[in-house]
Amino acid sequence: MKVPLWRVAHTRSGDKGDISNIGVIAWQPHYYPILLQEVTPPRVKAFFGELVLGDVERFELPNLHALNLLLHRGLGGGGTVSLRTDAQGKTLGAALLAMEIDVDERDLTD
Amino acid sequence: MIRIANGQGFWGDWLEAPVRLVEGGPIDYLTLDYLAEVTMSILQKQRQADPQLGYARDFPPLIGRIARQVRDRGIKVVANAGGVNPVACARAVLKAAPGLRVAVVLGDDVLSRIDEFLGKGYEMLNIDTGEPLSTIRDRILSANVYIGAFPLAEALATGADVVISGRCADAALVLAPMIQRFGWRPDDYDKLASGIVAGHIIECGAQCSGGNCQVDWQNIPDLANIGYPIVEGEPDGSFAVTKHPGTGGRIDSHGIKEQLLYEIGDPRQYMTPDCVADFTSLRLEDAGPDRVQGRGVRGGPRPPMLKASISYHAGWKASGTLVYSWPQAIEKARAADRITRQRLEQLGLRFDETHTEYFGVNACHGPAARPVNDPPEVQVRISVRGSDKRAVDRFTREMIPLVLTGPPGGTGYGEGRPEVRQIVAYWPALVPRKEIHTRVEVVA
Repeated sequence: MKVPLWRVAHTRSGDKGDISNIGVIAWQPHYYPILLQEVTPPRVKAFFGELVLGDVERFELPNLHALNLLLHRGLGGGGTVSLRTDAQGKTLGAALLAMEIDVDERDLTD
Repeated sequence: MIRIANGQGFWGDWLEAPVRLVEGGPIDYLTLDYLAEVTMSILQKQRQADPQLGYARDFPPLIGRIARQVRDRGIKVVANAGGVNPVACARAVLKAAPGLRVAVVLGDDVLSRIDEFLGKGYEMLNIDTGEPLSTIRDRILSANVYIGAFPLAEALATGADVVISGRCADAALVLAPMIQRFGWRPDDYDKLASGIVAGHIIECGAQCSGGNCQVDWQNIPDLANIGYPIVEGEPDGSFAVTKHPGTGGRIDSHGIKEQLLYEIGDPRQYMTPDCVADFTSLRLEDAGPDRVQGRGVRGGPRPPMLKASISYHAGWKASGTLVYSWPQAIEKARAADRITRQRLEQLGLRFDETHTEYFGVNACHGPAARPVNDPPEVQVRISVRGSDKRAVDRFTREMIPLVLTGPPGGTGYGEGRPEVRQIVAYWPALVPRKEIHTRVEVVA
């Protein structure tokens, strides 16, 4: 079944120059494999569309059941150069919570 | 065990937080992180205008407020409040709190050495873009190297009550007391990395104790009285994160995870001046109410290069807003944008970028925003940036006339013409460690 990402994970996002970083954390340890399968760089890049000009890079933190996403050239120049209201990407993690992912209903335990 | 509290996550953070940390229960060290990436350039300009300025001016009056407790209880303060003028900061502290012992760490400021470095063949390429520093050489406003925790620990070892640095790695403020008290050495990689992880967790203040936290945020208790974080560090490198009893906020492993992932790159190689920390080796567990335990962190040797934070003039920008109400609020706001762009075009004004957002529609999430249908009002925000200050200034005259010359019902212009602001951009680069010589001075 299709569910929004917030059903299985929470996020926090920030900036490093023109890179937005989004931490994606599974609510339950057994949701982590779902993140690995569903929250892939191509899908994240497609979700943000023209907001992210560069590649999306993904790092895995199995100890925290979490992913770290780097959205390269994702902040309109970043820092003080960017003309965006959210020049630091503080809300991009929240945006990602709406991304649709595919899960097996039996895996959703809470 | 030592208790290290962080009472400031950036310059402008809650003024009451450090005072409450001191008064609310036992702490041994109080750290304060004042320096964001662009703060240094602002301070550089202040110092150019007045040689006695160039530091975080909130800091001396704060020390004045807590001086008695600092002295009576032996609390040590470690802060990067020095900005580009740590000695002037130390003098101001001594004026606000006579009798305290103050030490400064110097050597991070390399503004006067840029040409020396370029002459030695260090290109100081922009880490993000690969461009050579020579492309912006004549526009540089400040240049500082991130120094590590060992010089800060050396300053603590002088017996200082207050240690003031300029640019340092944020987490080094927390690692320094551990190095000094536990006698950690430069090759104690795992312990140093553990201290860095603990420091990373608390360096943004209340962002690890319930602030800006998505985890059941509506039920986080008493954010009005949020407790700032305290690390309880052990000699073996393990640590707990907690806060004073009776304070608001919440500390649990899910909130700590959010902060661990905040503004990091490769979690296996978190680079600092003192070590490389592997965030994937951390074992984190809830250990009681408002208490999370961390252990198991592994680290590697410090890198041969240090990161420099260089700021430079990158042009001018301005943003103007107007509000349009129902009916057809979105259509009216879009028409205002079209008309403005046409008028800018007719004036022959050229900008590097013109950017339009619609508050209530897409300002935060852009094309990823959820669709909105027929909202009661929309704010349009048009922004430009470019190297020609006059062009940007001319733009600021083009928004308000829309009230009488554009779509019906434009309002919300009460703050007047937009302000033209200088863009001070950030240039991250690497400098060989062997070129950087820090030194500690006790200021009397």
